[in-house]
Amino acid sequence: MEIYLRPAVIGVMIFVVFNALIIASAILVLAERKIMGFMQQRYGPYLVGPHGVLQPIADILKLLFKEELRPKGADKWLFTLAPILSIVTAFVAFAAVPFGAETTLFGLLDEPIKLGVADVNVAVLVVFAVTSMGVYGIVLAGWASNSKYSLFGGLRASAQMISYELAYATSLAAVIMLAGTLSLREVVDSQAGTWFGFIPRWYLFLQPIGFIIYVIAGVAETNRAPFDFPEAEQELVAGYNTEYSSVRFALFPQAEYINMVTMSAVATDLYLGGWHGPFLPAAYGWIWFLLKVGFILFVYIWMRWTVPRYRYDQLMQFGWKWLFPASVLNLIVTAALVLYLNA
Amino acid sequence: MPETFVFYAFSAMAIIASTLVIGQRNPMYSVLLLIASFGALSALYIQLDAPFVAVAQIIIYAGAIMVLFLFVVMLLNAPREDAAEWDRSHPLQHPNIGRFGALLAALLVVQLAWALAKVSELETPVGARADGASVGSVLEMGRILFTRHTFAFEATSVLILVAMVGAVVLARREGSNQ
Repeated sequence: MEIYLRPAVIGVMIFVVFNALIIASAILVLAERKIMGFMQQRYGPYLVGPHGVLQPIADILKLLFKEELRPKGADKWLFTLAPILSIVTAFVAFAAVPFGAETTLFGLLDEPIKLGVADVNVAVLVVFAVTSMGVYGIVLAGWASNSKYSLFGGLRASAQMISYELAYATSLAAVIMLAGTLSLREVVDSQAGTWFGFIPRWYLFLQPIGFIIYVIAGVAETNRAPFDFPEAEQELVAGYNTEYSSVRFALFPQAEYINMVTMSAVATDLYLGGWHGPFLPAAYGWIWFLLKVGFILFVYIWMRWTVPRYRYDQLMQFGWKWLFPASVLNLIVTAALVLYLNA
Repeated sequence: MPETFVFYAFSAMAIIASTLVIGQRNPMYSVLLLIASFGALSALYIQLDAPFVAVAQIIIYAGAIMVLFLFVVMLLNAPREDAAEWDRSHPLQHPNIGRFGALLAALLVVQLAWALAKVSELETPVGARADGASVGSVLEMGRILFTRHTFAFEATSVLILVAMVGAVVLARREGSNQ
């Protein structure tokens, strides 16, 4: 397999992606607070650095020097394991996401490399599988803390993830049918070019309903508002991470931000044509990729500070009675059209 | 040979985790060890050049079914099982049950030995095929599933539907009209 080849390239790629994700989560923390401030007509963090841009670093330093606490009744092993599991699955999921076309880095390399850590031929499923493992971090944190609020957070997380994973996977399947491949790179490349010379051949235009379902289910999968039931601070103190402090606590929000980035990157690859875009030469395709991911992340934050949280029974009703049937209908119609047009 | 080393590492992990599943007193740990064992199995599938099966294993078992297991264990708040509290009159404690279990285990060993003897007779390894398509290829798998095994496939889906309807009927409380 190709995975065993060129370990140096893979190593550099892992280093770059790992650090990019860490920096992205820091930028997101700042962006979240700045955009929230803007939407609520105030400044947001303003004191650390010019316009408060160094605030994330101050936050991390503060958390590093906090005392690490563990409740007496907590399960020693699982309490430690839970945040590690969260952050590891968040990082690993991005390994299968491609973010740029083949490039020689402006002639720096002899043969072109593919921008992305691992080029797997079932990449769509790998990302889905790894993100679906992320729920264990939250559930275990809830159970191991031995606190009623944490336990409720964990229970909610598992029920919510199971419910919304269905709609999420079904909307993915419709795109896979159109592209005829499970490789994210091939899905992106099948979206190159334009219709009538000006409409980009993005699956967004073929799958508008699928895209909306994907984004909604993606918000629920990453536990963001308006689906942030596992945390729900007005009801559950802080939900699954109530008993956590210091670095262990910091890992949970960081995992959440990295999951957001992964979710947006996959949405970009599947629906928004990945690194294909007008004006820029192919070697700069990753700039398009970053812009599109950035836009989806902005929508994420925008949504959080605009839409209030649902009620728990509404969450379940919406997931099972509306979102899932809609995604199945979308899948059936797509399948019928693909069959009809290919025949 | 790194592949051989990886194979033995994950095999050992699968066996140890599976053994510990039944050795745990805490049901929560059993569930987690089962997930670890599924993960090790999925790594073995990748080595057999069947990435689709490996990923399906993770998505279906580790990602969906075990989350439900965990949910149930947490919801019922299942307590630790302590040897002292184990009821001697429990039907599983009957000596005949033990003998039956031993018989089943012996049968399993015979079956495994037979299957392994069969495998060594095959000329090509499982993953490598003359036409280059691996067994794990999604296209190939879908084609076989909907041609040669159509009946088994459809029968399984009906079976699952029946089980689901059954679960809903059983879960509905008597006398409630909602």
